[in-house]
Amino acid sequence: MINSSLKTLGQMLAKKEVSSVELTQAFLNRIDTFNPEINAYIGLDQQKTLAQAQAADAMIAAGNAGPLTGIPIAQKDIFCASGWTTTCGSKMLANFVAPYDAQVITQFDAAGAVNLGKTNMDEFAMGSSNETSYFGGVKNPWDFTRVPGGSSGGSAAAVSARLCAAATGTDTGGSIRQPASLCGLTGLKPTYGVVSRYGMIAFASSLDQAGPMAKSAEDCALMMNVMAGFDERDSTSLDREKEDYTRDLNKPLQGLRVGLPKEFFAEGLDTNVGKVIETAIAEYKKLGAEIVEISLPNTGLSIPVYYVLAPAEASSNLSRYDGVRYGHRAAEYTDLMDMYCKSRAEGFGAEVKRRILIGTYVLSAGYYDAYYLKAQQIRRLIAQDFEEAFKHCDVIMGPAAPSTAFKAGEKVDDPVAMYLQDIYTISTNLAGLPGMSIPAGFSTGSDGKALPVGLQIIGNYFDEARMLNVAHQYQQVTDWHTRMPEGLA
Amino acid sequence: MEWEVVIGLETHTQLQTKTKIFSGASTAFGSEPNTQACEVSIALPGVLPVLNKEAVNCAIKFGLAVNAEIAPRSVFARKNYFYPDLPKGYQISQYELPVVGKGSVTIQVPAAGKTPAYEKVINITRAHLEEDAGKSVHGAVEGMSGIDLNRAGTPLLEIVTEPDMRSAAEAVAYAKKLHELVQWIGICDGNMQEGSFRCDVNVSVRPKGTDKLGTRREIKNLNSFKFMQQAIEFETRWQIETLEDGGTIQQATVLFNPDTGETRAMRSKEEANDYRYFPDPDLLPLEVTAADKARVRAEMPELPEAMKARFESEYGLTAYDAATLTASRDVADYFVAAVKAGADAKPAANWVMGAVSAKLNAEEKAITESPVNPELLGSLLTRIADGSISNNAAKVVFEKLWTTPDSRVKSVNAQGGLDWTLEVVDQVILDEGLKQVSDTGAIEAIIDEVLAANAAMVEEFKAGKEKAFNALVGQAMKASKGKANPAQVNEMLKKKLGA
Repeated sequence: MINSSLKTLGQMLAKKEVSSVELTQAFLNRIDTFNPEINAYIGLDQQKTLAQAQAADAMIAAGNAGPLTGIPIAQKDIFCASGWTTTCGSKMLANFVAPYDAQVITQFDAAGAVNLGKTNMDEFAMGSSNETSYFGGVKNPWDFTRVPGGSSGGSAAAVSARLCAAATGTDTGGSIRQPASLCGLTGLKPTYGVVSRYGMIAFASSLDQAGPMAKSAEDCALMMNVMAGFDERDSTSLDREKEDYTRDLNKPLQGLRVGLPKEFFAEGLDTNVGKVIETAIAEYKKLGAEIVEISLPNTGLSIPVYYVLAPAEASSNLSRYDGVRYGHRAAEYTDLMDMYCKSRAEGFGAEVKRRILIGTYVLSAGYYDAYYLKAQQIRRLIAQDFEEAFKHCDVIMGPAAPSTAFKAGEKVDDPVAMYLQDIYTISTNLAGLPGMSIPAGFSTGSDGKALPVGLQIIGNYFDEARMLNVAHQYQQVTDWHTRMPEGLA
Repeated sequence: MEWEVVIGLETHTQLQTKTKIFSGASTAFGSEPNTQACEVSIALPGVLPVLNKEAVNCAIKFGLAVNAEIAPRSVFARKNYFYPDLPKGYQISQYELPVVGKGSVTIQVPAAGKTPAYEKVINITRAHLEEDAGKSVHGAVEGMSGIDLNRAGTPLLEIVTEPDMRSAAEAVAYAKKLHELVQWIGICDGNMQEGSFRCDVNVSVRPKGTDKLGTRREIKNLNSFKFMQQAIEFETRWQIETLEDGGTIQQATVLFNPDTGETRAMRSKEEANDYRYFPDPDLLPLEVTAADKARVRAEMPELPEAMKARFESEYGLTAYDAATLTASRDVADYFVAAVKAGADAKPAANWVMGAVSAKLNAEEKAITESPVNPELLGSLLTRIADGSISNNAAKVVFEKLWTTPDSRVKSVNAQGGLDWTLEVVDQVILDEGLKQVSDTGAIEAIIDEVLAANAAMVEEFKAGKEKAFNALVGQAMKASKGKANPAQVNEMLKKKLGA
C-alpha cells in the first residue's frame, strides 16, 4: 500500500478497501519507526492529521471525494498552515505557530488531502543538502551517510522512504529537482506564477515556486491539479484557465524534439552520472524522440547571477524577522538596536547570514549598478538563450545535478562547491521556466552503494502537461521510479 | 548682503480609500490599536502585497488635476530600513519610476504690506504612491514601547515640488492650494490633525542674484499652516545668521517645536540610511493606459481653474471674485447652490464673500456647517430682488436665520427646496416687521407728513440746495421705520417737489 500510486490509493479509498484513517495511520506508524533516524519531518501533530483523515472519510462516505481525498501528503515546512508550527527550518521561527493557511495548504485542504506533517528543509530554503536546517540534517534513505539534497530534503526523503504518499516542495534554484534527483523521485518545478506563493515563506520572491515531489509523473500531475491555479492574493500569480495536467500523459512521443545543451554535458559532470543520462536519452530515442544539439551559452553565468539576485531579494525578505512582532527575540538586550542585532544573530544560521550579507552588499549605494542591475541584464540573456533553444526543440534534457548524493559534511565548509550543485537547475528559475527531475537509473559510488540519478526535463512556459507526458512515457518503459531504498520495508 | 530663500515641499497625502494600499484591511482612523492590522499589515511570514486599484485612481486624478505626465509604466520599489513601526523591514514606495511626473499648480499669494497679491506657477516634480508606516506608542505600558499597526499600509501620495518658492508666504500659499486641491478632487480628507496631510519643507538660502542652490535643511512633518509659516521664517533667519557669522550649513533633517517657535536638527546627513532601493519582486509594474486616464477623467469634478473661468463667463463675476469663490470646493458649491435657489450671481457672490464668510470666520465654522444653507440665502436674496425687503433689512433677517437656525438646515448638501426656505424667510420678515412698504397711498401719506413738518428744508431745496432733497428722503425713510421702498420714496418726493 505504501508503494501504491496516488491513483491506486484513490481507487482503494473510493472502493472503501481502506479508509483514510487506516492509510494515514499506516504512514504515521512508518514515521514513528523511521523518522527518528531520517529526520524528514520536523513538525508532526497526529491529532490534527487524524482529524483530517476522519473528515476525508466523511467526504468519501458522502460521495464528495476528489482524486486526492483522504491521501496523506507531507508539506514542506515553508508553507504556513493554520495552527501548525511553521519554522522554515530556522531557529528564528522555531516557535512560530501560523495563524493562517498558505494558498497551497488551502487547496490541499479543499481537495480533502491529509496533512501528515511538516518536512525538514534547509533554513529559509537556503542550501543544497538540508544541512543548514536548525533542526538537524536529513538522511538520504538510499544511504544514511549521505545528504538528501536541498532545500526540500525532508520532502524528498519522506517520499523516498515512503513516509508519505507524496509531498510538496519549493524550488528557488533547484530545491525540488536536485533533492528529487538525489533521492530517486519525480519532482516538478512549474512555470513561475502557476502555483500561488501566498503563505509560502519567501526566500527570493522572483524565483520561488512550489511544486510536487512524488514517486511518478502521474502522481505529480494529480498533485499539480490541486496546486496550480490563479490566486488574487499573489500579484505574480498568472490568471490562466484551470488545466488538467493528466490530459496528455498517454500521448506517444513520436517526433518529440529533445534538445541537449552541450553546456550541460561539459566539465563538472560526474562521469557515471553522465553515462546514466546518456542511457536515458537512448531510451527516449527508442520512444521516437529526435535528438537535437542545442546551446545555452550563458549557463556558466547562471550561478553568479543567481548569487547576486537571490541574496538581494532574501536580504530584504528576511528583514521582517526582527524580533518585534513574532519569532525569536533575544532574552536580554540594552536598546532597540541591540535587540535587533542579538535577535537576528541568534535566530539565523551561518548560511542565511552569509546571504543576507551578500544581498545587502549588492544592493548598497555604489554597488547596485555593478551587481544587481548587471545581474538583471544577464538574467534576460539567460532567458533569451532558452527562447532561442525552444525554436529548435520541444523539451530540453540533461542531468538535474552534477553528481549523486554526497556525504554529509562533505561540502558544508565550501559554499561554492555547494552552490555548484544547482548548476543545471538555476537557469530555469532565472528564466521562469518549468523543470523536472525524474529517476533515470543508478550510479555506484566508491563505497559500492547504488545511488539514484535524476534526468532533468526542461519545458517551455506552461508546458507542464507535455513534460509530464514525456516523463510518464519513459516511466511506462522503465522501472527506476518504482525502486525503493533497502531496509525500509 | 541681500539673501534669497529657496523652498521646495514634499507633501504626504493620505488617500481616501476604504482599504489599505496593499491589503484588504480598513483604513479608518482612531480605532483600538492593531484592530485594523491584518496578516499583511503585521508582515507575517509568507504574506504578499496586492495593489489597491482605488489608490491608483487617486494618483491618476491628482496627475490630471495638475496637468502632469502620467507614467504608462511605473514601478514599486522597496525602501529598506529597520524600525519597529515598519513591519516588513522595508516600505513599498516608488523610486526611479513614479506614477505621476512633471506638472504644475498656480498659486495666489495674498497681499502683504506693500507687496500686492500675485499669482505664481509652482512646478511639481513628481508624485508617487507608497504605504504609510505604523506608529510607536510610548508610555501606554510602563517602561515599554508599543506598536500600533493600524496605520501601516495606509495609501499615501507623496507630492514633490521643484525648489520654486521664494518666501514662507509662497510656501504656505502652495500648501493651502494643494490642501484644497486634493480635497476638491476627493482623494484626501485634508485632516491635518489626524495626519492626513503632512508637509516636509526643504529650506536653503543663497545670496540674491546667484543661481547655485545653498545647502538645504528639511523641516519634517509640519501639520499646520501656521507652524509652517513660523518654521520657515525661523529656519530662514537661522540659516542667514549662521552664514553671516561665517558658519556653514550642514544638510540635516530638523523638527519644528511649536512651543519655542524654533527648528532643531534631529539627524545629520552622515547618519543617513542607505535604503538599498530595488524593484519589489512581489508586485508587477503598474501600467496606466489611455483608457484608464479617460475613465478617471470622466469621474473627475470640474477643476478649480475651469470653474473660475466659467464663473467669469457664465455669471459675469470679476476674476477676483471668481478666484475667491473657487478657492474652496465647498465655497464654490455653496455659491452655485445659492444661485440655483434663485439668487442673482453678483449679489450671491457678495453675500458669500461678505456676510456669510464674516460669520463663519467669527465662529470658526466651515461653510458646510453654516446655519444659513445656500437655499435659505438664495431665498433671502430673492426677497431683496423682488423688493420685499431692503438690503439693510435683509441683514437683519440673515442674522435671525443664523442665530435661530431652522431644524431642517443640516448642511448645504442636504437637499433644501424653495418651498420651505422661502416660507422660512418670509416668516422672519413678517415676525420682524421688516416687509418693505410699497403701497403708494401709504408712502404718499408719509411724505405729506414729512413735507409738512419740514417746511424749512423744502424751502432750502427750492432755493437750489440739492442736499436738502437727500435729507428729506432720510426723514421719510425714518418715518417709515426703514420699511418704505426707497426708490418709490425718491420718485414721489421728486414729483411732490416738482423737481
